[in-house]
Amino acid sequence: MKRYSAFAIAREALRHHTGWERAWRSPEPKKHYDVIIIGAGGHGLATAYHLGKDHGIRNVAILEKGWLGGGNTGRNTTIIRSNYLQDPSAAIYEKSRSLYETLSQDLNYNIMFSPRGVIMLAQTEHEVRGYKRTAQANALQGVKTEFISPQRVKELVPIISLDGPRYPVLGGLWQSRGGTARHDAVAWGYARACSDMGMDIIQKCEVTGITTEGGRVKGVETSRGAITCGKLGIVVAGHSGHLADMAGFRLPIESVALQALVSEPIKPCMDVVVMANTVHGYMSQSDKGEMVIGGGADGYNNYTQRGSFHHIEETVRALIETFPMISRLKMLRQWGGIVDMTGDRSPILSKTPVEGIFMNCGWGTGGFKAIPGSGFAMAELMARGGSSIADPFSMTRFREGRFIDESVAAGVAH
Amino acid sequence: MLTLQCPYCGVQCDETELSPGGEAHLTRFGPGSDDTEFEQYLFLRENPRGVHFERWRHAYGCGKWFHAARCTMTLEVFGTYPAQVTEPPADLIEKIREKRPGWRWRDLA
Ligand SMILES: Cc1cc2nc3c(=O)[nH]c(=O)nc-3n(C[C@H](O)[C@H](O)[C@H](O)COP(=O)(O)OP(=O)(O)OC[C@H]3O[C@@H](n4cnc5c(N)ncnc54)[C@H](O)[C@@H]3O)c2cc1C
Ligand SMILES: [Zn+2]
Repeated sequence: MKRYSAFAIAREALRHHTGWERAWRSPEPKKHYDVIIIGAGGHGLATAYHLGKDHGIRNVAILEKGWLGGGNTGRNTTIIRSNYLQDPSAAIYEKSRSLYETLSQDLNYNIMFSPRGVIMLAQTEHEVRGYKRTAQANALQGVKTEFISPQRVKELVPIISLDGPRYPVLGGLWQSRGGTARHDAVAWGYARACSDMGMDIIQKCEVTGITTEGGRVKGVETSRGAITCGKLGIVVAGHSGHLADMAGFRLPIESVALQALVSEPIKPCMDVVVMANTVHGYMSQSDKGEMVIGGGADGYNNYTQRGSFHHIEETVRALIETFPMISRLKMLRQWGGIVDMTGDRSPILSKTPVEGIFMNCGWGTGGFKAIPGSGFAMAELMARGGSSIADPFSMTRFREGRFIDESVAAGVAH
Repeated sequence: MLTLQCPYCGVQCDETELSPGGEAHLTRFGPGSDDTEFEQYLFLRENPRGVHFERWRHAYGCGKWFHAARCTMTLEVFGTYPAQVTEPPADLIEKIREKRPGWRWRDLA
């Protein structure tokens, strides 16, 4: 693999850009791999990357039914933060956030990590108490956050209206090292690094069945033929229930559509990420100038990647109250992704009832921020059979009543 | 926008008039049940890509709970029926089988 650098740009400029290589190979599937990962979203690719980098397991295939990064990874609003309430969450999300800081260098691929800071607005007394509690918990966990006053919020976000009639701003939970990154680049950067280690990324290859023998995984049936494997990682977000069904077990997961939208591009007006969880809306400004807006998820199971219109209406109505200047903006486009919701709003990184099959799912509305940390922990779990970061997220926690309850901490968890 | 007919008052409701209540026909395990049964009741879900039986409440109407059979891929609604049953009505199951050959629900014979 040729490295990307300022020198490479100069070199290619001089020879009319004829020397750029493809970022990853598109090989034919082999008959057998040591490890197969289903799903080339961020979590699947990061898992493969860490299997190769940290554990020397490189005979790996990543099977993707569509195109890589075309699932939720390429559809999310890219908020990165680690100000969760529970200790196991802090461990995995903060690991992840810190890996994001150097990911561009590690992958030699510019993922445009922008630690511009994230504010979660407190707009009710209940939220004020809740976020103060989170700030205290974060202090104990070593995650740098603070509860800030409405005046400080106004300094950081000049376009905000503090005294909205329904939802006045009473303060905020501020994480200065949170931010955003370029979602496609995260998938592409990992894919390039995996391909460089000799792993096969096979796109347009849908897994249609899982074969087992005596309670152990044997391989998968795909739209491009049967492939056998030693271990199998299922990392398919909203489609996890479907894949678990193929392997013969059920999950504590329901799939719903979550939407986002962007406005027409405008001049820079807001250089932090603002989340308003009471009204189910959050907003940041992209490098292109679009206001990136996300809102609530559908309340009923569906796989339509579209979502109900009234959520857009509710989100925009609430945000206009908090940011009056956006009221005249036009919407440029809207889209949806299928998110996998667990009962306690925390993810699953786990062994399963079938030996050799591992699940990574349940990231729901908030897994983009977790991609590097999840890949790190999942690879350790798959290679060694256990991982101090992943173990609390085992799916047996629902039977044992050992929840990692983040639903109380934030109604929306992007 | 999803529209469902309330089987009690006959109104065609927009989804904004309804509140969703998740998977229908769960076995409600009570005191004395073991951990696996509680896990089943409280957390494990069918979550199918296709035919789904689910609970809805006509929240801004008659206020009653009812059941709906709906496709989670296309949002096609196969039918709605009152909630005082433990299984979907036989004629509804027949109708869904005609529309979705090979469909199975919890290995219903
Ligand atoms: C609108 C929206 C906004 C969001 N905002 C944020 C945010 O601001 N911050 C944040 O942290 N998170 C956010 N999220 C959540 C985040 O996007 C996801 O948690 C994360 O991207 C999940 O990554 P993944 O790799 O697990 O899944 P995906 O990226 O969905 O990848 C799964 C892949 O599996 C493939 N697949 C499925 N079935 C099969 C099969 N049978 N065979 C082969 N391949 C298969 C799919 O095609 C897909 O590419 C948001 C999500 C949405 C939808
Ligand atoms: Zn009614």
